[in-house]
Amino acid sequence: MWRYIVKRLLWLIVIMLCVAVVIFTILWFVPGDPAQIILGSGATNEDIQRLREQLGLNEPYLVQLATFLSDTFLHLDFGESYVYGVPVIQEFAARLPRTLGLGLISMALNIVIGIPLGVNAAIHRNTIWDQGVLVLAMVFISVPQFYLGLLMVVLFSVNLGWLPPFGISGDYPAWTYWVMPVLANSLSGLAMNARQTRSAALETIRADFVTTARAKGLPERTVIYKHMLPNALIPVINSLGMQLSMVVGGTVVIENVFSFPGIGQYLLTGVNSRDYPVIRGSVMILALFSAVITLLVDLVYAFLDPRIKAQYVNYAAKKGGPKEKKGGKKNG
Amino acid sequence: MANAATKAATSAPKRKKDTQFRQIMRRLVKSRTAMIGLVALVIIILACVLAPLIAPYDPNYMDYAALNATPSLQHIMGCDNLGRDIFSRVLYGGRLSLALGFTVAIVGMVFGVFFGSLVGYIGGQVDNIAMRICDVWMAIPGTLLSIVISSALGSGFWYTVLALSVSGLPGSVRGTRAMALKEREMEYLEAAKAMNCSKMKIIYKHMMPNTIAPTIVGTTGQIGGTMMTAAGLSYIGLGIQPPTAEWGAMCSSAREYLTSYPHEMLMPGLAILLTVLSINMLGDGLRDAMDPRLKD
Amino acid sequence: MSENFLTIHDLVVEYSSGGQIVQAVNGVDLKLAKGQTLGLVGETGAGKTTIAKAILRILPTPPAKVKQGEIYLDGEDLLKLPEKDMLKVRGNKIAMIFQDPMTALNPTMTVGDQISEVVLQHNDFTKAQAQERTIEMLEMVGIASVRYMDYPHQFSGGMKQRVVIAMALACNPELILADEPTTALDVTIQAQVLDMMKELREKLNTSMILITHDLGVVAETCDDVAVIYAGEIVEYGTKERIFRNPLHPYTLGLFGSLPKLDDDSKRLSPIHGLPPDPTNLPAGCKFGPRCPDCDGTKCGADQPMIEVEPGHFVRCCKFAKGGV
Repeated sequence: MWRYIVKRLLWLIVIMLCVAVVIFTILWFVPGDPAQIILGSGATNEDIQRLREQLGLNEPYLVQLATFLSDTFLHLDFGESYVYGVPVIQEFAARLPRTLGLGLISMALNIVIGIPLGVNAAIHRNTIWDQGVLVLAMVFISVPQFYLGLLMVVLFSVNLGWLPPFGISGDYPAWTYWVMPVLANSLSGLAMNARQTRSAALETIRADFVTTARAKGLPERTVIYKHMLPNALIPVINSLGMQLSMVVGGTVVIENVFSFPGIGQYLLTGVNSRDYPVIRGSVMILALFSAVITLLVDLVYAFLDPRIKAQYVNYAAKKGGPKEKKGGKKNG
Repeated sequence: MANAATKAATSAPKRKKDTQFRQIMRRLVKSRTAMIGLVALVIIILACVLAPLIAPYDPNYMDYAALNATPSLQHIMGCDNLGRDIFSRVLYGGRLSLALGFTVAIVGMVFGVFFGSLVGYIGGQVDNIAMRICDVWMAIPGTLLSIVISSALGSGFWYTVLALSVSGLPGSVRGTRAMALKEREMEYLEAAKAMNCSKMKIIYKHMMPNTIAPTIVGTTGQIGGTMMTAAGLSYIGLGIQPPTAEWGAMCSSAREYLTSYPHEMLMPGLAILLTVLSINMLGDGLRDAMDPRLKD
Repeated sequence: MSENFLTIHDLVVEYSSGGQIVQAVNGVDLKLAKGQTLGLVGETGAGKTTIAKAILRILPTPPAKVKQGEIYLDGEDLLKLPEKDMLKVRGNKIAMIFQDPMTALNPTMTVGDQISEVVLQHNDFTKAQAQERTIEMLEMVGIASVRYMDYPHQFSGGMKQRVVIAMALACNPELILADEPTTALDVTIQAQVLDMMKELREKLNTSMILITHDLGVVAETCDDVAVIYAGEIVEYGTKERIFRNPLHPYTLGLFGSLPKLDDDSKRLSPIHGLPPDPTNLPAGCKFGPRCPDCDGTKCGADQPMIEVEPGHFVRCCKFAKGGV
């Protein structure tokens, strides 16, 4: 298993390097001069030239890229914001926990509510409950996140006055500022998960080995939780990585809807002012977030499906692994 | 007895005539969800295409007597902060949203099928490298990539198409490749090879037609999502921008008036919701009709 | 044959799908004595597996439903047993060996755990005892105990079927329902598995219902034979009687489809036509439309089982008047 983890970690580094190159290159082609933007329309040509020199914008592409990569990966230095002059990493310190919190809670809801909902619907298939879950899921999959957020604001803030409409602190208790962003960010993914789990579970319920488990005289609960569920989860988890990485993208929009001061908001202010270090840093951090989540999901997947696990474990096993294991079993 | 045998024999070829396509269509027509989705989608598309005929006002005409007017007989969806008729703007905005959704889907499909079957058929190192590229590509969350590209390119229809396509491409390439790999094992390809068909001919004449049907189903499923992402981009100030009527951008500019005039935001959002919902219902029905095994 | 260990009386099972009702099993009577083996022979879709699953009450409900009938095991009607007590019968008193070893095992559990699970379920064992029993069972079916921790995908088809058999026998069941246990296997492995099952059965004095469409397997392993056609038993008797003196046209057809070396046979005589559409069974004799002897006059009504010689029953109008 360790081999697999190490391999995946190395792959993670490769991915982050590629992300860095891609982002840098895309921004390289952006028309418009950041120096001009920083200094405003009143700046003289000489001022702009001086600033360009200072920012290293006059260097050739490869030199700039190399500087960027070494700063980012070797020194963990994302540079200073052109506009505010504050080191990007300093902004991250305050903002990253918020975005991580928003993303992770949303993902947790996706899994903790979505999967059981799907399993339940599958077990009670063709009942009113199942149909209800299906219809609701269909609706939530079809609502854009920002619209869902706005609808919630109209209902819970404007009409009912229960929750604060935006921000992260103020007159309401601190946790209330998180309720709507988290819900708006998770409901569609949750619905997607529920649907996917339902169809995977339905497929597994009909599998022969589930009948075998019943024929063994196992109680229905054991049949479902020990035999059906782990197998139904394999395809669900396989696509979960993709799905959770969508949540990371969603936080950008959600943070904008709720003026939630996280990385996504930061990214958008950077986009509006062509603040390259801010854009690069934010994208790198969000991509890393998503890549780490995908990695974790893949590890769980490999752990659940012995056919994947075996590719990596068998290596050791061939050198007398199972014998030891079995010996241990017998003693214990 | 002989009667029964011949009867059985004559009924068999009759069944064969019932092509796979017809079977799929029959199942599709039977599905109530799919039919509701299809009818709703057709109505929406017609309404948007015929917007110049249907829309009661010019989408950009500002009626200063009707600033922020609430829905009434004159303005069935009300007016926005500049006195523009929201219903007319929703109709015109729909043209853009639908065009965006379908264009991106088609671009994704064409490139996906092309590269996917190519890579899947050639296999070996090419396939390996292509898949690694897809891995990296997909490691960047799609919305994020679209945001960066869109901010780099600026506003505009084709720029938005590009920004949305780029983030969806690796997924469709992968999907087609998986199908192409499956097709590659099929025996009719052996036969084609044995008959000395060229590689390119095998790919385009044999493999592509077989991967197209499932790809269309997959693509239909993506249109809704693409339209939502497009609207999201406009909402955060990228993609299609005001004063052009676009559903996401309309929601965004209505945000200031959320407290007093929520209809300005509700109406365009509802338009997205209903359109995406009908597309998804149809897509679901299509998927079930293609593979009835997945249903209940 | 005096005391019947298992008695099935007038079993009717229906499947309903999309408003249509399919009669999968239609008034089946069966008897089985302790230590005996009964072969259920018939074409695919005749209702053999449905009978076995009905005995264990593991039919997927809905769509399947036991409409009427009784299944007595040791004098107790299984169909009236509460589910809680039925759990104690499944896997313990009655075990089932499934047709396809490739899909019958849970791919995410080690084979050892899958066997010890059933042992733990029905015995007051500690985990260690259950493991010991499992290893014993694995060795009995010829699998090295080191493979306890292996997953199903690491086994070949024949080995998987051994695991399935070990699992079925782990609790010393009194009745085994073997659903085409060798169909998915190579011929050489088939023989091995059959021999092994026979040996184990003799050692444990277990009764068995063997479901198959392979008359060779029946000849090798069974004491009694029931031939099933379209959910009905059409011929029933001891193996010797039926193999020596097959009477029902369908049974004759089955034998006629086999090549024989010791006979002066002219050519194979297959059964004409296709199995009947289960949603639209012919009235009266279900085999009528395919029957070479049917003249259409007497087959329109439901045919009763007729005892043509002691312990040999046939459902055919040819034998309706006064027997042989």
